[in-house]
Amino acid sequence: MRFETKAVPDAIPAVRAVGIGKTFGKRGKAVNALTGIDLSIAAGEFVSLIGPSGCGKSTLMRLVADLDAPTGGTLEVFGKSPKAARLEQEYGIAFQQAGLLPWRTVVQNIALPLELHGVPYAERAERAQQLAEMVGLADFQDHRPDQLSGGMQQRVAIARALAERPRLLLMDEPFGALDEMTRERMQGELARIAAGSGAAVVFVTHSIPEAVFLSDRVVVMSPRPGRITAEIEVPFGKDRAELLRETPEFFAKVTEVREALHGAPVERANER
Amino acid sequence: MNTVARIVAPIVVGVLLLALWWALSANQGRTVLVPTPGMVGEELVAHGDIVLKATWITALNALIGLGLGTLLAIVLAGVAAWLRVVDWMAAPVVAAISVVPIVALTPILNTMFGASSQFGRQLIAALAAFVPVFVNVLRGLRQAKPVQRDLFAALGARGGQTFAKLTLPTAVPYLFTGLRIASSLAVISALVAEYFGGPSNGLGTAIASYAKSGKASLAWAHVAAAIAVGLVFFLVTVLIERIVAKRIPV
Ligand SMILES: Nc1ncnc2c1ncn2[C@@H]1O[C@H](COP(=O)(O)OP(=O)(O)OP(=O)(O)O)[C@@H](O)[C@H]1O
Ligand SMILES: [Mg+2]
Repeated sequence: MRFETKAVPDAIPAVRAVGIGKTFGKRGKAVNALTGIDLSIAAGEFVSLIGPSGCGKSTLMRLVADLDAPTGGTLEVFGKSPKAARLEQEYGIAFQQAGLLPWRTVVQNIALPLELHGVPYAERAERAQQLAEMVGLADFQDHRPDQLSGGMQQRVAIARALAERPRLLLMDEPFGALDEMTRERMQGELARIAAGSGAAVVFVTHSIPEAVFLSDRVVVMSPRPGRITAEIEVPFGKDRAELLRETPEFFAKVTEVREALHGAPVERANER
Repeated sequence: MNTVARIVAPIVVGVLLLALWWALSANQGRTVLVPTPGMVGEELVAHGDIVLKATWITALNALIGLGLGTLLAIVLAGVAAWLRVVDWMAAPVVAAISVVPIVALTPILNTMFGASSQFGRQLIAALAAFVPVFVNVLRGLRQAKPVQRDLFAALGARGGQTFAKLTLPTAVPYLFTGLRIASSLAVISALVAEYFGGPSNGLGTAIASYAKSGKASLAWAHVAAAIAVGLVFFLVTVLIERIVAKRIPV
């Protein structure tokens, strides 16, 4: 199955943030969630955000999605305001929680975006069915969310995010609820989908190997106030095989990200 | 096994109650005050037309009241969920309605609409039905989770779409919780309202007048009919809930 996306002039970045800041609340008990975020994500680029809990990863993603407004700086999505990008369905999003509608079946949940945008029934039914197959839920198409495991629900949410063939995917720890085996399988699937569709991906994760395996670039963040402390290129190309996970180059990158995350060189586990 | 028990158990209770009733009345020869089940049954057969006519009037009042109150409650809850101000304005009024005893309002409303109008009674039933439906629907309209609201925003859904495809379906089970309470309340209220003026018909009026004129058996026959109406209202509500729940499981 192919995932062509809308044609993109490559010069326009998927996301361009300059000096973005976000403060929650009023003076007195204001929380400075993000400061001075400069980040540019090219069309088709896979970027992971990694950092300790509370460093503003979800907040940054919500700003890009126009679910919150920055309190400073400029933010553009495909050269447009985040609001225009949201209304024109430039991105697909998968949240930390699956956020499914419990009264809808798996395919009906996947088809929701298409339904809201007036895609005819037959067409959206077919597309939803294909997507259900792709995330390995072909046998559960007509099940309700409460009949699925947490990991299966998350896969429905991912399929739903892909429904509109967006050229930007925003994913907030989508694999957090999955077991290690399913997780690695889904990573492989996502890498394949992202490469095949040419979509840019902003991927929030707590797992260093996951970030390295998937990303063209890993953005390391740090809390209080939330900011970017390092950006690490991962030049392994678009076509990544499972075997990559066992190469020395892979381990070297994992170590590099870990050191950036901890702010200092750390002992390697296998050298202790 | 389980279903058999579920059907047999209430029947056993019913038979036991009938036996107790019979023992209380027949054995002590006070059938003028407490007629036997058999006597009540005979009245139901002999005067079925009278009982049926009274039943129809009360049931219709209750139904109109239930419909009116439910409709008003849904619309108002929708507006209150949409505009906080309306919620703040409505909250004290709803609290007031919910504590006003029906008996206090009934004579006033019955006088207001005259001795030949059923509307006072229907209004009483509507008021009684309004409160549980309003409270539950308003709560239900607020149950959509933040992540679901974010999703609809991210999908660029219009306000009407979010309401129809998220807010409303989330509230449906709450609507039925309110409706289950309201259906019984509407019947009780419509019946009690008849004790305080208005046209001289309906189950409540019949029970009062036959009890006073010493026709205890006929009064009890009407009581039996009132119980039946309440049960039918409740069961129909549950049935509709079942059918809807099959299409929108929670
Ligand atoms: N709506 C809000 N109101 C007030 N403060 C908020 C709000 N949302 C986030 N914050 C604060 O902003 C900071 C960043 O939160 P955010 O959820 O972006 O962190 P995160 O990096 O996604 O963490 P995690 O890895 O645990 O998901 C936190 O200190 C949090 O308390
Ligand atoms: Mg988060």
